[in-house]
Amino acid sequence: MKLLPTLFAGVALALSAVTAQAEVRFGVMNESYPPFFAKDASGQWQGWEIDLMNAVCEEMKEKCSIVEISWDGLIPALQSKKFDVIWSSMSNTAERSKVIDFTDKYYNTPSTLIGPKDQKPGATAEDVKGKTIGIQVSTIQSEYYKKYFAEVAEEKTYQTLDEAFQDLASGRIDYVFGDSLALDAFLKSDGGKDCCAKMGDVADDKEILGAGVSGGLRKEDTELKAKLNTAIAAVRASGQYDAINKKYFDFDIYGAK
Amino acid sequence: MSFTWISSYWPLLLTGTWQTVCLLVISVVFGFVIAIGLAFAQVSGGRLTRLLARSYCTFFRGTPLLIQLWLLYYGVGSLLPMVPGIRQSLFWPILREGFFFAAVSFTLNYAAYEAEVLRGALLAVPKGELEAGRAFGLSPWMLTRRIWLPRAIRIALPTIAGEIVMQLKATPLAFTVTVMDLYAVANKVRQDTLLVYEPLLVVTLFYLALTAVIARVFRGLEAQVPVRR
Amino acid sequence: MATTQQGILDLLSPYPPGWGGVLLAGAVSTVAISACAFAIGLLLGTGGALGKLSGNRMLRLLLDLYTTLIRAVPELILIVGLYYAGTDGLNRLLAALDLPPVNVNGFVAAVAVLGFVQGAYMTEVLRGAILAIPVGQIEAAKAFGMGPVLRFRRVLLPALLPNALPGLANLWMSVTKDSALVAVVGYQELALATRLAGASTKHYFVFFLASALLYLAITLVSNVVFKLIEGRVRRGQPRLA
Repeated sequence: MKLLPTLFAGVALALSAVTAQAEVRFGVMNESYPPFFAKDASGQWQGWEIDLMNAVCEEMKEKCSIVEISWDGLIPALQSKKFDVIWSSMSNTAERSKVIDFTDKYYNTPSTLIGPKDQKPGATAEDVKGKTIGIQVSTIQSEYYKKYFAEVAEEKTYQTLDEAFQDLASGRIDYVFGDSLALDAFLKSDGGKDCCAKMGDVADDKEILGAGVSGGLRKEDTELKAKLNTAIAAVRASGQYDAINKKYFDFDIYGAK
Repeated sequence: MSFTWISSYWPLLLTGTWQTVCLLVISVVFGFVIAIGLAFAQVSGGRLTRLLARSYCTFFRGTPLLIQLWLLYYGVGSLLPMVPGIRQSLFWPILREGFFFAAVSFTLNYAAYEAEVLRGALLAVPKGELEAGRAFGLSPWMLTRRIWLPRAIRIALPTIAGEIVMQLKATPLAFTVTVMDLYAVANKVRQDTLLVYEPLLVVTLFYLALTAVIARVFRGLEAQVPVRR
Repeated sequence: MATTQQGILDLLSPYPPGWGGVLLAGAVSTVAISACAFAIGLLLGTGGALGKLSGNRMLRLLLDLYTTLIRAVPELILIVGLYYAGTDGLNRLLAALDLPPVNVNGFVAAVAVLGFVQGAYMTEVLRGAILAIPVGQIEAAKAFGMGPVLRFRRVLLPALLPNALPGLANLWMSVTKDSALVAVVGYQELALATRLAGASTKHYFVFFLASALLYLAITLVSNVVFKLIEGRVRRGQPRLA
């Protein structure tokens, strides 16, 4: 029946906001992750990563929009074409590279442990023995825990880092394990500065902690990958990257090559 | 579709099932006890008791379980640091874990829904039986214990079975407060293997199995009730 | 964590930097999703109920499968699974028909999933309501030569509404609360808005309580509306004891 496909197409078109192909959609985690991205009370997205995204889009001369998805839904949503690029502080790891592709990195920072002020500092397996560590679900820190800390310490997983911070403040967990800058932002905030302090960076492991944070892409979008890489390089070269960097941090978060 | 991960994750699946079943049994048993109190408060209580019971039920039935759970876990959690010496106290191992808060929250919520069911059942018991009991000189307490409550429960059995199944379906929310229940296991597998549908399918089968068990148990219980045909 | 009275009011203020506006927008979103999902559920439920009662064995089997599966699987799993599988499947279907893939926006996806789930429950409620109609009324309509559509419009629908209303009211309550679950797939409604507000300000207790009260308000208003509808639909019938 000719009617059925036309009906389907009609319904599908009627139901959706059909976007023109020229727009590039960026998938961002729908919870705040300061200082990289956070939503303020008026609903505007702000943060270092948002500024970088706007700069990259300007370089590519494309219209960009943000699609919000929960953190552990980012990869499935990318694969079902809900958006085109994951731009949510996701690290390029071997495990993830099996299912999706990544652009060149746009920042690389170590992973840190934070804990209550009166706790002994230190971030090795010896230090965390017998303690409970709060980690965000589906992160490189979770992978790191499995390899280095699983034998000695207990893990509690949370949907978002904020919930982990809450539990750290109420004393339910002994450590929170995450990206150093995100944890730093918490330590500087009202909730964090009274209760907690940095315990230390963990020893690096390139394979698990990844080669840096990059944009996530579908494996078949090679053209988009090339465009993004050129744009990222251009933003680095033109000094815009440093300008954005200075707004939030007092050191270059690009990391060693 | 790849299911090879099951061989390494089946202990975790069993732990998850155990947590889910524990949450279910605790919330149903304690919730039922509270519900009996609430139902009687509404049926034969004074104005104030009735009002309190009604407000409780309206609040817990009118707000999403997710919000109640978060309110309890994070709300009370944020108050914990203010209690001196709590970490050294006896209760700390319980208060640390999300399980306690999930269990309490589910119990309170289940009690509200069950109270409605029991209230309807208490009113549905034929008045003749209660009058006969009173005519025989049974005290109100004896009457309730021997006639009113058992009859009401038997009338409500099919609905109770339905409510327990609904409670089972509500237990996945516990994963948001760090409880490693069956759904949390599916999430963990998805995180480790990046497979989206397979863990969900397997976990769904577990839930279906649990539902079938509950349905079977209640069909057995209903068969015990003599019905004149 | 001593927040003064003024501090709490500031946080809840409808204008930025107060988060009250975000919560209210979330509440509106919740009601919108719930209403649309309820409507879709009604359509699916009516079709399902009529299908189950039509006597066609194949149709009845399929519908039994639909209702049993949806009612036995936890909503959270259904919502997550259907959200990803639904859009995936739709795009694959379109690809098979040589049509370009479509970007289904979050609102439509959430509504479609919730509506699909509600449809199963509605089928049962409406089926029970139709079965409770005295058969004589339907037979009389058939004897008068009324076609199926006219019969449905004039006899079935007005007769089943009073029977179905308590069940429908319950389903409305459950859809407004299940809408909180779409927070898990990232659609911004009240529960997610609350978490965002709490996370940004760290005053979790205040915002969760406020959001609970908003949901309660939605429930109480719905109760009143349904009471009014019930009064209208039951007009002319003897009052219940």
